[in-house]
Order: sequence, then C-alpha cells, then structure tokens
Amino acid sequence: MQMDVSPLYRRRRRANLIGLSLSMLAMSLGLVALLWILFVLFSNGLAALDLSLFTQDTPAPGSEGGGLRNAIVGSLMMVGLAVLVSTPVGILAGVYLSEYGDTSKTAEFTRFVTDIMLSAPSIVLGLFVYAIAVATVGNFSGYAGSLALSLIAIPVVMRTTENMLRLVPGSLREAAFALGAPRWKVSTLVTLRAAKSGVITGLLLAVARISGETAPLLFTALNNQFFSTDMGSPMANLPVVIFQFAMSPYDNWISLAWGGALLITLAVLALNILARVFFREKVRA
Amino acid sequence: MTAVARRARFQDAIFHRLTQSFSLLVLMALVGIIVSLFVNAWPTFAKFGAHFLWYVEWDIINEEFGAAISIVGTLISAGIALLLAVPLAFGIAVFLTETCPVWLRRPLGTAIELLAAVPSIIYGMFGLFVFAPVFADYLQVPLQSVLSGMPLVGWLFGGATNGLGIMAAGIILAFMVLPFIAAVMRDVFEITPPILRESAYGLGCTTWEVVRKVVLPYTQKGVIGGVMLGLGRALGETMAVTFVIGNANRMPTSLFSPGTSIASLLANEFGEAEGLHFNTLFALGFVLFCITFVVLALAKWMIIRADKAKGH
Repeated sequence: MQMDVSPLYRRRRRANLIGLSLSMLAMSLGLVALLWILFVLFSNGLAALDLSLFTQDTPAPGSEGGGLRNAIVGSLMMVGLAVLVSTPVGILAGVYLSEYGDTSKTAEFTRFVTDIMLSAPSIVLGLFVYAIAVATVGNFSGYAGSLALSLIAIPVVMRTTENMLRLVPGSLREAAFALGAPRWKVSTLVTLRAAKSGVITGLLLAVARISGETAPLLFTALNNQFFSTDMGSPMANLPVVIFQFAMSPYDNWISLAWGGALLITLAVLALNILARVFFREKVRA
Repeated sequence: MTAVARRARFQDAIFHRLTQSFSLLVLMALVGIIVSLFVNAWPTFAKFGAHFLWYVEWDIINEEFGAAISIVGTLISAGIALLLAVPLAFGIAVFLTETCPVWLRRPLGTAIELLAAVPSIIYGMFGLFVFAPVFADYLQVPLQSVLSGMPLVGWLFGGATNGLGIMAAGIILAFMVLPFIAAVMRDVFEITPPILRESAYGLGCTTWEVVRKVVLPYTQKGVIGGVMLGLGRALGETMAVTFVIGNANRMPTSLFSPGTSIASLLANEFGEAEGLHFNTLFALGFVLFCITFVVLALAKWMIIRADKAKGH
C-alpha cells in the first residue's frame, strides 16, 4: 500500500485512531464493570449459598447461622401480588394507548407521564405510599409494599404492551373488523393475542425491575425478623434485609447479605435474558 | 340484527371507558404523589418558606432544617456521574454502531443492558465493600498527594481518604446510569439515515469524522435527551448512593468529603422521624420529585423531537 505522507492526512488518521481506541476502551470498561460486579457477587455469595439459606429465618443480631427464608417468602408474596395487580391494569392501559390513543390529547399526555414515571425516583413513590397506605392505616404492611411495587411495575407493563401492540400490522385489525367483530374483541382476541410474546416480555421486565427495588419498601413493608405470611403486617423482604444486614457490623449478617444479593441478581438477570429470548421469538415469527 | 349491533356498541363503549380509566390511573398517581407530598411537607414550607432551599442547617434536636446540604450533595454526585458516564456512553454507542463486528453487536449490547438490570442495592454493596477500599488506596491517596498542594484546585481533593464520600458516590452512580445513556445514544445513532453516513464515507471521511461531524449533529436532540434521562436517574437514585456517600449532614468541603443526598437522607432518617423532622423529609421528597420531574420531562421532550426528526 502506498503511504500518503501529507500531514493533514496523517493528523486525520491519528484522530480517527485515538477516537476509536477510546471508544473501544469505554466498551471494555463497561464490560469490566459488569464482570467485576458478577465476580464479586459470586465469590462472596457462593459461600453463603447453602440449604439453610432457604430453610431458616433471619438470625438475631450477632448470632450464628440462620438463613433468609422469611425474606425470600416475603419478597415472593409481595412481588407476586404486585404482578397480579399490575398485569391487568398495565395491559389494559397499554391497549388503550395503542388502540384508542392516537387521536386523544389525554392519551398523549398519559404516555408522556408514564415515561416519566418509568424513571421517577422510587424512594418518592415509597413516601407517597407511606402517606396513603401506611399513615392512614396506622401500621406498615406487605400490602403497602405491594402497592409501591405495583406503581413501579404498571408503567413498565403499559409502555411495553403499547409498543408491542403497535408492531401488530394494521391489516390484521382491519381483517377482523371486516368480519364484523366489535372493537373489544379485536383488541383482546386478535391484537393482544398476536402480540402475546411481546407482552410477556414486558411482564418479565417488570418483575425483574421490582424484585430488586429496595427504596420503596423501606417505608412501606418495613421488615420483619420473623416468618410471616400475613400481608396486613410488616413483612420481611430480600432487598431491605440485604440493606440492613450489609450496613451492620456482624460478619454473619454481611455474609447472608451477600447470599441474598447473589440470589436477587441471578433472578433478575435470568428474567432479563428470558425476556430477551421471548422477544427474539416474537421478532422472528 | 340491530339488537346485536347495539349490544356490540355497548360493549365497545364499556371496553373503551374501562381501558381509558386504567390508563388515567397513572395520571391520578402523579397528582396523588404531588398532592400527598405537598400536604405532608406543608408545615416545613410554612415555617421556613423558600429560604428552606438554601438554608445550610440540619439540626434535628432544635428542629432547624435546610435543604441546602442534601441538594448540594445530590447535584454534585449526579454531576460527577454525568461527567464520567457521558463520554463512556458515547464511546460505547460509537463502538456498538460503527466499529463492532456485526455478530458481536447483539451480545455486547445485551451485556451493557444487563448492567442496567443489576439492582441498585447490588451497586451499593459493591461500592461499599469492594470499590471504596480500592478507590481509597489507588485513586484518592495518589490524587491527594499530587493535587492537594496545588493552588485553586487543591481544596477539592482534601479531607479523609477512606474511600467513602461524594466522589465515590458519583463514580458508582456513573456506572449505574451509563447503560441508560448508552442505550439511548445507540438507538438514536442507529436511526441516522445510512445515506448520510455513506455520503460522508464517500467523501473520504474517517469513521471518527463521520461520527463527530455527521452522526452526532444529526442525532443531537436524542443524545441530549439520553443524557438528561441519565441525569434524572442519577438524581433520584437511593440505595447505591446511601451505601457510599458517607451520610454526613455537613456541607461537603471537598470532593472526597462525606455528604448526603436527598434520597439517601430519606432512606436513613425517615424511619425514626417525628414532628417537623417528618414533614421536612416530605418537603425534601417533594423537592426531589420536582427536580427529577423537570429533568425527565425535558429528556422526554428532546427524545420525542429526535424521533419526529427521523420521520422526515
């Protein structure tokens, strides 16, 4: 190859080389951060990961042994209820935005607000739920925790449902209308069914999002040292237990916190990857 | 026949209103948040007025409260996060859209998105137990020994070097918001019409010149929107910051000194708060919600405008 030695050309090539190397460096920094966090989680969390983590309850301060059974059960119940509430609400609201929302200003504003709620500080949502569901009732409860989590999950389900419904070709809707089907049947039995895997993707992402949320649970579900399935009273949950244990001076608690952190992260990453697999099937189909 | 048609129309009307009412729940939640926070915060606003915002005091015993310390902590930690995250995110987006081999784009993009999925409490634990000691030994001590004697900037690097503080919180936040910014940038870079890019290459531009002089100007609004989105996230982040910011209710004197942010102050003190202290925490929540709402609304507006530009 003949080398062009013009200084301008050389300078441009150097700038290009520097810019692209820096961008590669940025990419590798991002990957290193992810791998470093995963490595730390596994190296600290695997030590705490044994059967007693699932069969025993959170230990008293300074004592040995124990597990996270009450926190795991509490988290599953609260996330489960939040999903039960936010699935119908989020999906139907998403249907409205996609099927009716093109002409109405209110729908456009709703879409705007939903996008903001997606990134709104979760701790403020916790304050809000405290004001309406804890202060009025007089005690912290698993229900309040679920409500706070639903508030985070609904916008996620809503926006993914809407986006997925928009991918459904208009001809499918028109074909159903031409057969004389009423609008609600077209929306639920045709459009929604066609977008099924995309909607499931949204649900999985919502579950992943709320399983790790700590801040909104601090003032709503609080914590409970004992095993409880009563959602009307304070409930143990993994994120708050991890927070409390990690900030404590006890080695046993810190080790349990790492175990819990590994559990949550594995669950969240698995849900994310599953959601992507579902979505890819949808795109291919 | 008409009976069937009438029934169908009736069912349609119900379905329309039902779905509409569910979508309006979001608006109701927004109004509810603003009203409930403001009502609970009222005693504090009534006592301190607008002065509350720049009053440097946090005295729980004598019930003298100002928001300045936590607002400064919030803004500086989020500012540091953006300073670090924006160039990194830009680099990642450039790599993913320009230089990365096609078969690697998907897995690498997914890896960056997974970084966004890691719960914030994990970032907090990582920051406290792993990052802070490393940061103290390999960054704070060398930086301080080199820079603390310098005029003008020396004071920024004074103070204890135990790894916890506003700077550490900013760095952890940077890695938390990085994936959000990178994802938006990548998406808007991808919508640049290939014909623009190809024309620039055809004129003999290098990849870097194409990105700097064609792609970036074309996607400017979307890029700014992505940055604002990251800023909104960084301002409201709670757990990651609470673990590493040091939680001190003092005005920070340097980048290394411990401080507090609105979100971490709420996480730490709300459980034991009573009386005016309780109302003040609601007032801080209200301030935080207003700041993030404005930032996120601007972000959204920018991204919508970028999307509209794509249509032409």
